Amino acid sequence: MTRVGAAGDVDGTAARRRIRGRALAIGLSVMPFGVSFGAVSTATGLSLLQTCLLSLVLFSGASQFALVSILGAGGGLAAALATALLLGVRNALYGVSVRSLLGARGALRPVAAEVTIDESTAMALAEAPRGFAPYAFWCTALSVYVLWNVSTLAGALVGRGLGSLSVAGLDAAGPAAFVALLGPRLRAASLRAVGLLGAAAALALVPVMPAGSTVVVGWLLAALAYAGWRR
Amino acid sequence: MTLWVAVLVSALGCALLKQLGYVVPARWLRGSRAATFVDVLPVALLSALIAVSTFASATRLALDSRAAGLLVAVALVALRAPFLVVVVAACAVAAGVHALAG
Repeated sequence: MTRVGAAGDVDGTAARRRIRGRALAIGLSVMPFGVSFGAVSTATGLSLLQTCLLSLVLFSGASQFALVSILGAGGGLAAALATALLLGVRNALYGVSVRSLLGARGALRPVAAEVTIDESTAMALAEAPRGFAPYAFWCTALSVYVLWNVSTLAGALVGRGLGSLSVAGLDAAGPAAFVALLGPRLRAASLRAVGLLGAAAALALVPVMPAGSTVVVGWLLAALAYAGWRR
Repeated sequence: MTLWVAVLVSALGCALLKQLGYVVPARWLRGSRAATFVDVLPVALLSALIAVSTFASATRLALDSRAAGLLVAVALVALRAPFLVVVVAACAVAAGVHALAG
């Protein structure tokens, strides 16, 4: 087995230590997001059990936050589900690109699929050229899964004690979290145009349909416009 | 009841989507169309979510303390502030404006 690493690091010990450090840092970095999700979720009216189930089973921050935000805004069940599921589609596409790098077999395969998210995928792809994709994937997945669920529980306990979202300013937590998720994705001018179009369409339709469902329509219009423009 | 449907369907649906990524033939989801989808879908959805969760209440447009929180969040993200700082500052400003206006 030959691995290309730093000089003198023949068995990859130093490389593994570096990967564990990064995985822990990534896990710690999702904790504020987990706390805000937990707090917003229980303050919106979901129970502690429902909130923790979302983090344990759904395990994808953007989908979870979108679900509780739309339910909290009175957007309706169908719109909340559609948005959460649409945001979950990218995890399926991540699966296609990392599964061959991991070589997970048997019972490990569905476990790998469940923890295939933004962070674990990014780490696996980043370490693949040095041959450490599986190690990076599993370290990151474990770190993020544990710390995401711990922080969700902490936030959920805090959120139960809060009377109303707007008094604590928690009604701004959703928009702020989405801005933080969106910022790094706006690399190209065309993507910024897509964002503006989606936002404008979703807002323009608010007076005629529930706010949550306009999110889906806004997305659809922006995606169609982008597809047409690229052609 | 509605909340339980929302929690169970979204959790199982999203978990199933992740499993699909490991079983569908790779050629179904490879290529430029899928890559475009990965880039465009979150951007359009998150933008629409930001707009609606800031400026709408059910079926009405609204300008309230959430807008102040959003301004702070945009400024801090542009300055590459960490997630914790962005959310806490946005919530604090929104709570302050809510207290002053209410």
